Amino acid sequence: MIQTVVYIALICVAVAMITLLYRVIKGPTLPDRIVALDALGVNIVAMVALVCIALDTNAFLEVILLFGILAFIGTVAFSKYLEKGVIIENDRNS
Amino acid sequence: MSLLHLAIIAPFIIAIFVPFFYKYIKGVHTGWFVLPLPILLFVYFISFISSTSNKQTITESFSWISSLGIDFTVKVDGLGLLFALLITGIGSLVVLYSIYYLSKNTEKLNTFYVYLLLFMGAMLGVVLSDNLIVLYAFWELTSFSSFLLIGYWYDREKSRYGAQKSMIITVLGGLAMLGGIILLYLMTGTFSITEIIAQSDAIINHPLFVPALLCILLGAFTKSAQFPFHIWLPDAMEAPTPVSAYLHSATMVKAGIYLVARMSPVFAEHALWVWLIAGFGLVTLFWGSFSAVKQTDLKSILAFSTVSQLGLIMSLLGIGAAALHFDELNPAIFTVATTAAVFHLINHATFKGSLFMVVGIVDHETGTRDIRKLGGLMNFMPITFTIAIIGAFSMAGLPPFNGFLSKEMFFTGMLSVLEMDFNWGILIPIIAWIASVFTFIYSMILVFKTFTGKYQPEKLEKKPHEAPIGMLISPIILASLVIIFGFFPNILSSSVLVPALETIMPGFSFDVKISFWHGVNEELLMTIGVILVGVILYFTLSKWRGVYGLFPEKLALNRFYDNSLDWMQKGSYGITNAYMTGSIRNYLAYMFTFIIIILAATLFGKDAFAFSTENVAQIEFFEVLLSLIIAIASIAILFTKSRITSIILTGTIGYIVSLFFVIFRAPDLALTQLVIETISVSLFLLCFYHLPKKLTEDPLSFKVRNAIISVGVGAVVTLIALSAHSNKLFDSISQYYIENTYTEAAGKNMVNVILVDFRGFDTMFEIAVLGIAALGIFSLIKLRKNGGKKVEDK
Repeated sequence: MIQTVVYIALICVAVAMITLLYRVIKGPTLPDRIVALDALGVNIVAMVALVCIALDTNAFLEVILLFGILAFIGTVAFSKYLEKGVIIENDRNS
Repeated sequence: MSLLHLAIIAPFIIAIFVPFFYKYIKGVHTGWFVLPLPILLFVYFISFISSTSNKQTITESFSWISSLGIDFTVKVDGLGLLFALLITGIGSLVVLYSIYYLSKNTEKLNTFYVYLLLFMGAMLGVVLSDNLIVLYAFWELTSFSSFLLIGYWYDREKSRYGAQKSMIITVLGGLAMLGGIILLYLMTGTFSITEIIAQSDAIINHPLFVPALLCILLGAFTKSAQFPFHIWLPDAMEAPTPVSAYLHSATMVKAGIYLVARMSPVFAEHALWVWLIAGFGLVTLFWGSFSAVKQTDLKSILAFSTVSQLGLIMSLLGIGAAALHFDELNPAIFTVATTAAVFHLINHATFKGSLFMVVGIVDHETGTRDIRKLGGLMNFMPITFTIAIIGAFSMAGLPPFNGFLSKEMFFTGMLSVLEMDFNWGILIPIIAWIASVFTFIYSMILVFKTFTGKYQPEKLEKKPHEAPIGMLISPIILASLVIIFGFFPNILSSSVLVPALETIMPGFSFDVKISFWHGVNEELLMTIGVILVGVILYFTLSKWRGVYGLFPEKLALNRFYDNSLDWMQKGSYGITNAYMTGSIRNYLAYMFTFIIIILAATLFGKDAFAFSTENVAQIEFFEVLLSLIIAIASIAILFTKSRITSIILTGTIGYIVSLFFVIFRAPDLALTQLVIETISVSLFLLCFYHLPKKLTEDPLSFKVRNAIISVGVGAVVTLIALSAHSNKLFDSISQYYIENTYTEAAGKNMVNVILVDFRGFDTMFEIAVLGIAALGIFSLIKLRKNGGKKVEDK
């Protein structure tokens, strides 16, 4: 029973990711794409959690945590690039 | 190491000391220190005459690379001794002559005598070695030292050209000869000439026999300046005159003759050997004498004359070899030709050596060698004139000099071809006779245009006068030998000629009796004809000289040589420039194309398309959807309009890949992949900042070639992956790790245990790779010419 539910959920998340990919490719603006990438990251976290249930293991819980951080860092890096054109600034006072 | 080995090595040893003599004993001409050596060697080799004339051969062996059958074996037999005497005897005279020819104050004598001694030792090695590899080593050393000597005045353009040309041609032949030697080794299993000769009957029907024969002959022909490889010899005349006298008339150019004579017992049974040698010799003889007449430079005349005379000797050796080939005819008819060859070899060395020295004297005392500027020197240089007359008359084949005797024997040899009974045989004596007429003409030009006629002081750089006595000693000795051998030829016959002949043609008995007068016969009539026609043509030279203008310059062999070098250079440049465009795109296209061709050919050639669907896991629907995401994103990268979108898409692919790692149960890989992907995307963004501002962001342009190559690579790799999966030959070894991860290594995470325990070495060097990359990035950024500061700061 639980397997079937997880399986259906996995398909749903995968469909969601494909639609997000459409947004990544289509745009039309760069912020659209970045937000879509961020949402893709959240979906990946969901998928990892579902796979953990399906495989009946807790080996991937670190992946979930790590991805939570990385998706955030990635989105921030892109955002900073959008705002200033630079990710790491040498001048700390600006 | 015996005394014989020491005799060959001695010139090399003395060559080491020559620079010290030159540097520390300034008062004495360095040549005086060199002179005793060839004289000593000459006397030493004279002492062998008694044993070789009793048909003894002296063999001494010195172990060099015995495991490969290469030993420094020295063998003194009749032929080797004849050449050794020529080399050391004329070597002594040339060293003596060079002492007076080359000035102590203006020339670099140390290099000259080092090169000359190198050459002398190498040449002795060539003629006395019994081992073919040792012979080849010395052979290349003669090419090399000849190259150095021709380029002695290296600041002159023509010297360098001549040296390069002779090097290219003789080394070409030398390498061919090495090929022949190796083929002989494959046939016989030995490098020893004696043992190869002993097996000569067995190898004549071997399939490698003819290639070996051709290779050896190519070596001999290039070295001995046979047509069409004679072109290097006239250009080698840029060398100092003692060098021309020694190398390019008496010794080195006869190395090819020596080789042919030495290998005759091996190859002469084969008709190809007989006809190639006789044919090329005759063509060379004719072409050399024909070309010599049109030259205006004295040394060029002598160079072409040398070419022609070498052709004469070669053709005689070829006809002499017919004695071995034609069993049904009386061999005595043909052996006369071999006798003539060896006799003329000696004669040529004497008169050509003296003539070169005469030309050197004329050059030295007048400042020119151009016969159009020279004339009427008889009154200024009576002794030189006398020597020139003797040498030139001997070369022309006039009595009472030794050239007459060998010319008579040459005609006898050529007439013997008629015995062979084939259709065009009559042509051979006729060509030989015409060549002799030309020989007569250029010999007369050489003497009479130089020493008689009108004296033209305004064209000469110096006031001519007789040469110093020291310079005249060597040519006088050689000219006396011309006369002595002319009047008393039989002092040579039993002591030197017969042992040499018996080496060339073992199994024949020779009874050489040379006499001036043997009745009125065809040969005498031919000689009288040569003289009559020659005199007429000489006096009408100005009328028929135009015949040389008819010959188109475009067809000249020199032009062909120069053009072919040019073509090769341009062709190589063309080929290189065609594919080395400097564009990485092109190189990648070559590489990928070759990958496709090689892999696809192997797949088809080995018939590796045995796809099976065994052991294939169940595919889940969401996995299909994830794969679809990767596929769509990959394709989308190709069509995106901006770079930033490509980066985002690359990041998407990376994250989905990490998701695949999760699905396929690889948590460590998934973790690492996530982190690395994030860092990579950040780095791409970093690079973005540094891209030029004005750059318009064009989408990738479409090229059919690239599309085909990329689809091809993808298809081939997919095919290989499928094929590899379907052809698993062994089980995995992973069971061992599964069983032993905890028991042997005390870990539960198998991936990490493999990384740091079972296969920790790989990890260590990957750490090293990362360290190198980090240091490399640091130094790329910091160690710049402007000290790592920004350009704007300046």
